[in-house]
Amino acid sequence: MSWMEDLLLLGIGGIAVSVYGVVAGLLLLGIDRKLVARMQARIGPPIRQPFVDVQKLFTKQNIVPEHAVAWLFNGAPVVALVSSLVILLYLPIGSIPPVLSGYGDLILIMYLLTIPALALVAGGFSSGSPYATVGAQREMVTMISYELPLAIVFIAIAWRMSADGIGDPFSLVTIMQYPLWGLVGPLGLIGGLILLFILLLVTPAELSRIPFDTPEAETELAGGLLVEYSGKNLAMFYTAQGVKTLVMASILIALFLPWNPSGLLGLGGILAAGIDIAFFLLKLVVVVFASVTLVRAMVARFRITQVVGMYWLFLGLMGIIALILLGIDAIGGA
Amino acid sequence: MNPIQTLKRSLWVFHLNTGSCNGCEIEIVATITPRYDPERFGIRLVGSPRHADVLLVTGPVTGKMIERVKRVYEQVPDPKVVMCIGTCGQSGGVFFDSYNLKGPIDDVIPVDVYVAGCPPRPEAIIHGVVTAIAKLERREGGA
Repeated sequence: MSWMEDLLLLGIGGIAVSVYGVVAGLLLLGIDRKLVARMQARIGPPIRQPFVDVQKLFTKQNIVPEHAVAWLFNGAPVVALVSSLVILLYLPIGSIPPVLSGYGDLILIMYLLTIPALALVAGGFSSGSPYATVGAQREMVTMISYELPLAIVFIAIAWRMSADGIGDPFSLVTIMQYPLWGLVGPLGLIGGLILLFILLLVTPAELSRIPFDTPEAETELAGGLLVEYSGKNLAMFYTAQGVKTLVMASILIALFLPWNPSGLLGLGGILAAGIDIAFFLLKLVVVVFASVTLVRAMVARFRITQVVGMYWLFLGLMGIIALILLGIDAIGGA
Repeated sequence: MNPIQTLKRSLWVFHLNTGSCNGCEIEIVATITPRYDPERFGIRLVGSPRHADVLLVTGPVTGKMIERVKRVYEQVPDPKVVMCIGTCGQSGGVFFDSYNLKGPIDDVIPVDVYVAGCPPRPEAIIHGVVTAIAKLERREGGA
């Protein structure tokens, strides 16, 4: 009967994580909009504004253009939302281990991260608008650019852990148990900080936010990938955007800021889990502020060629330097 | 869930120029600056008519634009509001009786709210949005 219990647990966990993902994701978008408004000396929308937006979009007419491939056009938003919720099942929340821990690791997460973006690309191509096609091409180019630095970050951390003889270094539970900062010396510390910087810069590209929002580019491509989407399809992409924000921030927290306060306070049971989740949500807001809000309020949009150059040359090179630093650190420390 | 209740707190605006002199455009851009900050009411400019709830139409409709105006109007998903910004759209303004005008706008598409002025001030445009919300509520009460 144990597989049935597993299935039941997975079902309950899946529903709980989906609700948490949608609510927390939209909340993060609202906090982001409020903070940007405050930085521009505006009052800004209420924090629940994204919820109102999604509610409104669900009541609007849903238009499928004449030239669109209807099944793909309607399927892409569902795939984008569901696949970004699936990633959450592999990520720890506070001190609670992932629902699917033991079934997948960092490498799987890296592959899963491409699926929401691919759904966007498929939706863009299937909508039959030249603006959406150009947007989809740009989204693919952006994906190709940020994969290299992202892979370097994941591999560098896992390799440094395996160099210390820690088993199963790609598992997020292991990474949370042995934070990178506790393993390394001064050189490795610099390497780790460089990796953190790279992941902070990969996050806005993964979410196609300013300055890497070339695929959507409201002023040149009229909304790019999403140009033909309206009503509930647009609402699903909007929600998926929030969930993706939550996913990227959770990954960054799991890799670089895994500490929980319950151990320090000597608490146990439900209270500890509650405090850890509250602290985790606080960390989420800080990470989103640093990687999305602050960057979005400060700079303008890059051209697509500049995006590729930045990720491959600048961040790729920095990643390799960080790898070398971590390598020297591992040899010197051992 | 009441559609109008959420719609009026999250109005997304698409702006369409049908041959305006750009005076109204500058005032529309002035309306979304931090000084007036319409985003605190959920109002924001979007790049595609498919995302829009409000269609801001400026300018007297020129002969070339007449088909495009109709197409953009049809591309906006229901429920929608059309606002005519500036005197041109109502009467032709300084271009009155020109050989190439097919306007005014309400001969081409149905208009809900008129904002007069050449160009109207940002306060007038915001008042127009408030009028549009009031009209939506009336329509909801009547229905």
